[in-house]
Amino acid sequence: MNKPSTLRRILTTDLPVALIVLFAMAPFAWMVLTSLTPSAQIASSGVSLSPAGWSLDNYWRLLGQTSFLTNMLHSLIIATGTMALGLVVAVTAAYSFSRFRFPGRRLLMLQFLLINMFPVVLLILPLFVLMRRFGLLDTHFALILANSTVAIPFAVWMLTSYVGAIPKSLDEAAMTDGCSRLTTLRRIVLPLMVPGIISTGIYIFITAWNEYLYALTLGGRNVRPVTVAIQTLIGEYQIEWGLLAAGAVVGALPATLLFLFVQRHLIGGMTQGAVKG
Amino acid sequence: MSIVTPTRAAESPGPFWRRAHLTPYWLLAPAVVVTAVIVFLPMAQAVITSFYDLILFRPNASRFVGFGNYIKLFSDPVFWTALWNTVIWIGLTVPLQMGLGLVTAILLNREFPWRSVARALIIIPWALPSVVIALMWRWIYDPNTGVLNDLLIYLSVVQGAVPWLADPHLALYAVIATLTWQGFPFFAVMILAGLQGIPKSQYEAASLDGASSWRQFLHITLPGIMPVLATAGLLRVIWVANSMDVIFVMTGGGPGYSTHTLPLYAFIKARQNLDFGYGTAIAVTFTILLGSFVAVYLARTMREVEK
Repeated sequence: MNKPSTLRRILTTDLPVALIVLFAMAPFAWMVLTSLTPSAQIASSGVSLSPAGWSLDNYWRLLGQTSFLTNMLHSLIIATGTMALGLVVAVTAAYSFSRFRFPGRRLLMLQFLLINMFPVVLLILPLFVLMRRFGLLDTHFALILANSTVAIPFAVWMLTSYVGAIPKSLDEAAMTDGCSRLTTLRRIVLPLMVPGIISTGIYIFITAWNEYLYALTLGGRNVRPVTVAIQTLIGEYQIEWGLLAAGAVVGALPATLLFLFVQRHLIGGMTQGAVKG
Repeated sequence: MSIVTPTRAAESPGPFWRRAHLTPYWLLAPAVVVTAVIVFLPMAQAVITSFYDLILFRPNASRFVGFGNYIKLFSDPVFWTALWNTVIWIGLTVPLQMGLGLVTAILLNREFPWRSVARALIIIPWALPSVVIALMWRWIYDPNTGVLNDLLIYLSVVQGAVPWLADPHLALYAVIATLTWQGFPFFAVMILAGLQGIPKSQYEAASLDGASSWRQFLHITLPGIMPVLATAGLLRVIWVANSMDVIFVMTGGGPGYSTHTLPLYAFIKARQNLDFGYGTAIAVTFTILLGSFVAVYLARTMREVEK
């Protein structure tokens, strides 16, 4: 009785889903296989599909012979800095948008949404000119500022919706008991915002970690984040796909793991257009 | 919902700047000031630069040319190529992402045992750095050792190796395929959220009335997810138009100008020729062209917020 319907489900649902998952995963899986195949073997017989031909050779070379770990450190500094700056300015802004009705509120909210739509290219050229003038090029600070152009508007929108979900009656009760606005924000609202702050922060971290164009343009010899470093692994005379793949896997790993961790919390922000795709 | 609006006099007597009605502005000040410095100041700088003939590292030769750069733009054949490429780029990528995302969302909305695992795995392309995506696909498309050609030759779809990214007639479409792969999970997740908002009772009622599943899709599902499709579609148009990192790493705009889109053209002009005046003029023009989509999107979102 039950059998035909299970079979039907497998044919109409499980199988197509499996195909789509395969489509989504295959390129990255291919990258992992490439990274596990020693470079010499890729050149002679192609990527090894069986575990017998695998080795960690490319990874050892990546960690031993290149500056990849230093590049990871640069990315870590930039992503953490962006996260801190974005969250600090966004928490009070979000509280303000959510709890007050004041002249200009709509316009200011619109402003933050608008910033997120600006073409990168419109900002990247003048930022380069300005940062060159102020001697900021090739510093962590330059890249933190550049990444904040995306991170701040995003954090403001995400956190505004989080604060909006915290009952206003809690604020009112605290203020009846004599707390000032700022004390209420710090003692009552902030602790309740923690989950929102964590997922917003992680998302900012991921975008800053993955960012490429600002890193390429505003970074340089001293500050070279992973995304730029991966490309330099390409090699001078011929493309070293094995080493490159190892760099890509290691470089993508932190962000991907974090992403899987927070993806469920991001849908609210996405529908409001705050999350960049 | 009640909004806390304390009377000024009661809460904080004192000098003007400490009055309670200024509190929301103080709270907003850090975010507004920082964005003004890092977004609006550069933007103003961009508009000014676009009126100058500015080749970087030759700052002494910089001179004011008024609308000169914009006039030059109209007679620049590469500008028109890039504009047309941008139209194809958006016109193909967004519908393809949406179509694949819709199919994925409908499938993920069904009941099956490994649903949450599937949902998490499908999102992966979206979490990868664009530079990794671009290099990964360059490796897949590689004419000599790439896996795509191996596969297609094995299946006898093509006779010989196809130079996907080196053929001016194919390169743009090859990059569009990559971007479709990267962006469809976004649509899938958004549409899935929309699908889950449609009450089950509507489908049950339709089944009782004998509506086929196609009719149910047409009359219940599609109207139910229309708002999501419109919002996600608009957002995607804006971001696909803006995104140039994947093209830049995959082809660098080549071969020739065959994969130049407008933002990429502006970026390359400034980066390789250091022609910041002209590059910025292209960027400003592109922003104005994109502006209409942005305006529609903003109007929609702000209506939601005011509800």
